[in-house]
Amino acid sequence: MLNRLKKLWCFLRHLSGDDAYEQYLKHHAEFHQATVDAPPPLSRKAFFKLWQDGKWKGIKRCC
Amino acid sequence: MNKNLKIMLWVAIALLGAFAVAGIALNRGESINALWLITAAVCIYAIAYRFYAAWIAAKVLVVDETRATPAERLDNGRDFIPTNKWIVFGHHFAAIAGPGPLIGPTLAAQFGYLPGTLWILIGAVLGGAVQDMVTLFFSTRRNGRSLGQMARDEIGAVGGTAALIGTFLIMIILIAVLGLVVVNAMKHSPWATSTVAATIPIAMIVGIYMRNIRPGRVLEASLIGVVLLLLSVLAGGWIDHHETLRTLFDHDGLPLAYAIIVYGFAAAVLPVWLLLAPRDYLSTFMKLGTILLLAIAIVILRPEIHMPAVTQFVDGTGPIFGGKLFPFVFITIACGAISGFHALIASGTTPKLLSNERDIRMIGYGGMLLESFVAIMAMIAATVLEPGVFFAINSPAGVVGKEAVDAVAKINSWGFAVTVEQMQQLAHDMGESTLFARTGGAPSLAVGMASIFGSAFGKHLLALWYHFAIMFEAIFILTTLDAGTRVGRFMLQDMLGNFNKKLGETSYMPSVIFTSSLVVAGWGYFLYIGVIDPNGGVNILWPLFGIANQMLAAIALCVATGILVKSGKLRYAWVTGLPLAWLVTITTTAAYQKIFSADIRVGFFAAAEDMATKLAAGVLPADKAAVAPQLIFNQHLDAYLTLFFVVVLWVVIIDMLRLCARHLGGKPVLKLSEVPHEPSRLVENWVRD
Repeated sequence: MLNRLKKLWCFLRHLSGDDAYEQYLKHHAEFHQATVDAPPPLSRKAFFKLWQDGKWKGIKRCC
Repeated sequence: MNKNLKIMLWVAIALLGAFAVAGIALNRGESINALWLITAAVCIYAIAYRFYAAWIAAKVLVVDETRATPAERLDNGRDFIPTNKWIVFGHHFAAIAGPGPLIGPTLAAQFGYLPGTLWILIGAVLGGAVQDMVTLFFSTRRNGRSLGQMARDEIGAVGGTAALIGTFLIMIILIAVLGLVVVNAMKHSPWATSTVAATIPIAMIVGIYMRNIRPGRVLEASLIGVVLLLLSVLAGGWIDHHETLRTLFDHDGLPLAYAIIVYGFAAAVLPVWLLLAPRDYLSTFMKLGTILLLAIAIVILRPEIHMPAVTQFVDGTGPIFGGKLFPFVFITIACGAISGFHALIASGTTPKLLSNERDIRMIGYGGMLLESFVAIMAMIAATVLEPGVFFAINSPAGVVGKEAVDAVAKINSWGFAVTVEQMQQLAHDMGESTLFARTGGAPSLAVGMASIFGSAFGKHLLALWYHFAIMFEAIFILTTLDAGTRVGRFMLQDMLGNFNKKLGETSYMPSVIFTSSLVVAGWGYFLYIGVIDPNGGVNILWPLFGIANQMLAAIALCVATGILVKSGKLRYAWVTGLPLAWLVTITTTAAYQKIFSADIRVGFFAAAEDMATKLAAGVLPADKAAVAPQLIFNQHLDAYLTLFFVVVLWVVIIDMLRLCARHLGGKPVLKLSEVPHEPSRLVENWVRD
């Protein structure tokens, strides 16, 4: 039961973008750490700004 | 499961579905339970999804699960991200499901519950869901390109330009009509107005919280916002009972329209994080929550439907909008059956998140089925009302008369029972001063939802439920309005950028203000005319929106059909060709009637001429005569706009047919712009279920 609730919570966080920063860090560690002079990951605040602004570029809502 | 058992299960579903459809179609006289509609819908969706959608995926599109998707190939951790299919489904559904499927069925209920319901079910299964799915597939195969880009790459510059202009105009009309719906819901209702007004500062609080106080904590911030929204519904009731405060929020339509216009401009110019993004979170949560609640309430309650299966208004004399059943039921219900707007979401945004092509069936086809189900619920909420009450709320004063006694007498003369006392009691229960002539669909939907929620969760809270429903509709209508104005601004800046580089810069303030003003002026004009129109405005704007939306759907289906033919799949081209032919038939017929019909409630020119004659003869009352010149001009404008839509549509169709003919004749055509196959490296990891 507890496990299920935990899963649901993760799903909700993922769906709403609550864990976008964690996902980004994971992506960063996976893809960019390998190169020597890779830039350090963005701060939570800076990432959120970029993420939010990027999300609102195109048509996102409909009738 | 055992194979025979499976076959038996599907046969049972098919029989149950057929039985339910026969039940709702053949029922006459007696009221029918809403559960029949739900059963018919669920069975039809299940069968269509299991067989038709699966067949399209396997045979027509040939979905390849070993092929890397753009999200995998171009993964950048930001917009291209391979994502769990349920998450993508959630995003996609939240994006496609707006106020359209709630309003359209409510208006179309004037024909009775049956025509609208059948169109919602058949249209979604054979048209809308197919359009969404194939567009999603083709865009995924093209690195998530937008519909406009695909039209240009696959059909040619003409198709691309048509899609672009179509999208822009549809946005203008859509925003105007949605603004009108909100205005009509707030007119002389301090409770509704104060609650809707409160959503603006609440969104800003949430925005600041997410951006600065606890950056990125989306769920926390949304939770705070939702609690504040619910409190604002309570506070609205308190304001409504307060002698002096209530006058602050008690307004005519026109000041409210101006307020919305100013608000729309502000929302397009202000940074997204402050208003648009947080409002969107709140509206998404409210939307999903309320729809779920409504579904649960309908299943618990199993309300009786009181509207007849088919009313006498199929002959075109309906009070809510003029025009015969064919083609106007198909124009009125666009979202919920087939909506061209979805093609814009299914191309561009969603494909960038797909981790595997095999999810396309669930997200594209399944997402549309769920939206169609929302439309069915809206139909139920509208038709559980007594028909007399339904028509009293939705008939404009210009049709039934301004005085309650006249309106009731007129509605009684149609054979629908309703009394002045009954309407007064209902308005009192809902915490409103009157419910007569509250056109636009939102108030009647709110009354329907309030009575469903009220019977399921407690009758004494009717007024609270009513205003909760109004707030729920208003919040995502306003989200569409903000987002639409902003997108319109970007599109306009993009177009103007071709002439003047500086105007094309999205952060150049003078250009931002200039283009935002143009977009707001565009929809603001139609909103203004809608408010001063004594016939309510919705009767003009909604069909116009429907025609525009179906035109966009036809363009999307043209692109898909063209691609199918070019890929050598001529024998499957009917999958998109059939709904395309139907859309072309209904939009062309509707446009023809809107332009040339001699019926003044249908034809734009006829209405303009009629009004001009009356104005010249001096038989119009003073208040009508004052606005008549504007209305006459507007009728002409609407006629030319309709003509433009239909010309654009035919240009794209002829272009597509020319392309197909060339291809089939062995002549060279634009090459398919599909990205070459690359094997997927994503293994069965957490991303997959």
